[in-house]
Amino acid sequence: MKGHPARALTIAHCEALTDLWLAGPATLVMVLFIFLPVAVVAVLSFTDYQFGAPGFSWIGLENYSKLFGSTLGRRAIVNTLIYVAIVIPLSVGLGLAVALGLHRMMAWAPWLSQTLRTLYFLPVAATLVAMSVAWQMVLHPSLGIVNQTLAALGATPRDWLSDRGLVLYTLATIGIWQTVGYNMVLFLAGLVAIPPELYDAAEVDGAGGGWSRFWTVTWPMLGPTTLFVLVVTATNAFRVFETVATLTRGGPAFASDTLVYALYREGFVYFKAGYASAITMVFFAFLLVLTLAQFRIVERRVHYR
Amino acid sequence: MKPVLELRDVTRRYSRQTVLDSINISVPEGSFTALLGASGCGKSTTLRIMAGLDRPSSGKVLLKDEDVAEKTAHERNVAMVFQSYALYPHLTVAQNMALPLTMRHLSPFGRLPFVGGLAPGSAAARTLIREKVNAAADMLGLADLLHRKPSSLSGGQKQRVALGRALVRDPVLFLLDEPLSNLDARLRVKMRAELVALHRRTGRPFVYVTHDQSEAMAMADQIVVMIAGKVAQTGTPRDLYDRPASRDVAAFIGANAINLFAPGDGMAGLPQAADRAVAGLRPEHLSPATSGALQARLETAEFLGSEIVLGLRGGAGTEIRAIAPGDFAVPAPGSEIRLGFDPGRVHFFDRQTGKRLEVSP
Repeated sequence: MKGHPARALTIAHCEALTDLWLAGPATLVMVLFIFLPVAVVAVLSFTDYQFGAPGFSWIGLENYSKLFGSTLGRRAIVNTLIYVAIVIPLSVGLGLAVALGLHRMMAWAPWLSQTLRTLYFLPVAATLVAMSVAWQMVLHPSLGIVNQTLAALGATPRDWLSDRGLVLYTLATIGIWQTVGYNMVLFLAGLVAIPPELYDAAEVDGAGGGWSRFWTVTWPMLGPTTLFVLVVTATNAFRVFETVATLTRGGPAFASDTLVYALYREGFVYFKAGYASAITMVFFAFLLVLTLAQFRIVERRVHYR
Repeated sequence: MKPVLELRDVTRRYSRQTVLDSINISVPEGSFTALLGASGCGKSTTLRIMAGLDRPSSGKVLLKDEDVAEKTAHERNVAMVFQSYALYPHLTVAQNMALPLTMRHLSPFGRLPFVGGLAPGSAAARTLIREKVNAAADMLGLADLLHRKPSSLSGGQKQRVALGRALVRDPVLFLLDEPLSNLDARLRVKMRAELVALHRRTGRPFVYVTHDQSEAMAMADQIVVMIAGKVAQTGTPRDLYDRPASRDVAAFIGANAINLFAPGDGMAGLPQAADRAVAGLRPEHLSPATSGALQARLETAEFLGSEIVLGLRGGAGTEIRAIAPGDFAVPAPGSEIRLGFDPGRVHFFDRQTGKRLEVSP
């Protein structure tokens, strides 16, 4: 140390440098590996580029008109939207119901509540691809336990994965099965955080009965949790891929084709990088709009300022 | 006077722990009763049992001579103010205050926003509720805040909203659980006076839980001192101060901690009875006097303006606190001074049980 050199950096500068040092590397990586590729994809979506081809030409919005104009493209979009429309409300609703049940059960059967909590969380922890194999066996047309049970009960066995009218709903059910546990854990955390005096106050005020208690205290206090659960569930539902790829490959006859599976097929099976980029951009736009809408509409009514 | 609320031999056990041990409390019509005790003495549990938020393991809760064991808090029509205020964060001040009334006067359908107005009779009920809320808001100075959410209010304002929510429903009994403990010292003293005024205006009995003896002394006309799950003494503030029923009560009541002299402490100059019993003498009844009976060495002096609190040490090293008038010329620390007292102000307690002994001076 050489005495006291004239202070080159004020404390404010030092703190700013520390902030940069902490946030800088992650930001750099984000830009390099996320924002830059997204920009490249956005550019590619206006070309007819194919993987391995020496060059490409600009074709404007042709990729987009192909996606929205063709039966196949429209089917992937509509299928995804139906899937999302089924999975979001049911997964969030069931997650909340299970969380409420297990939370109350903690009072009289803590051991059972903990066990059930673990059971519900298992599908979240398990690899969906591996689980898909299990589902394939469970849903097998002749040997599967579902159809065997149906037959034993005297009902008609169904082709769960190869019936064009049914396959999307089967996949949605598996999607719900996989996400309920995660939502339940989030809701349980939210329930624990509700101050018990609010329930006491509700009881004194005459809102102590089941429903009025729920609407006066539980539901409003779960607002922030619900918003988060909605965003996470929606994002996951839009990205549905593993079950489609392993169980149906988008079939039969594209009845279970979804945006991400179409993107995979066009990009990595047919190597149509330009078209796949256009699908990616549409997928991205859907997610962005949905998330923004949820934040805009719900957040104002959730934090109570 | 006829009691509004009575607890008879109420005991509360949680698994093996006995929190309340055969408590008897009676709250007369129009009284301001304070439940006073250190934390963990069972005073909050007592209040919750009065409210109907908790049930006694044994014993009776009588509200206007009627056993209310099976009645919910709402059915008892008691109001409660919580230490944390417990306001509903998603409702405005007006909606918070109106909630007990909407639950009482509107059907589940009538409570719905927008369409609720179509329910029969709901328009009249809504007008009634608005009038009551406005009246309570005017009384508490909340009229300008009715459309704010609780998160934008200060602690004192939240406290008033919580009071307003209790007030609108015209309950038979107000229960307050340390309502001032989250406020700063100056606001607390101001709210004391407001609570007393509110009590006078409503004419309803208040039951007020606190661990602060000065709060209880300042507001209550009946104080129930609770120690370790038992009622140690019930009486007016003056009773408790002048004739504490036990050593523990004497130690709890009074702004300055009472001096307690056990017979073995070697204090000379105390009345005869002090040879057999513990003698208690409040610092404010012990002051420097040239011909005083006690002698002690001065250690510290706290100048408080109107008075000076002296910390002294007696013959055998016993700590003594005495209070001198504000104009007392404090001698140098270490000097011996004589202290005088009125023999009638000395309390005597049994050495074993700590119970008060009546000794004629």
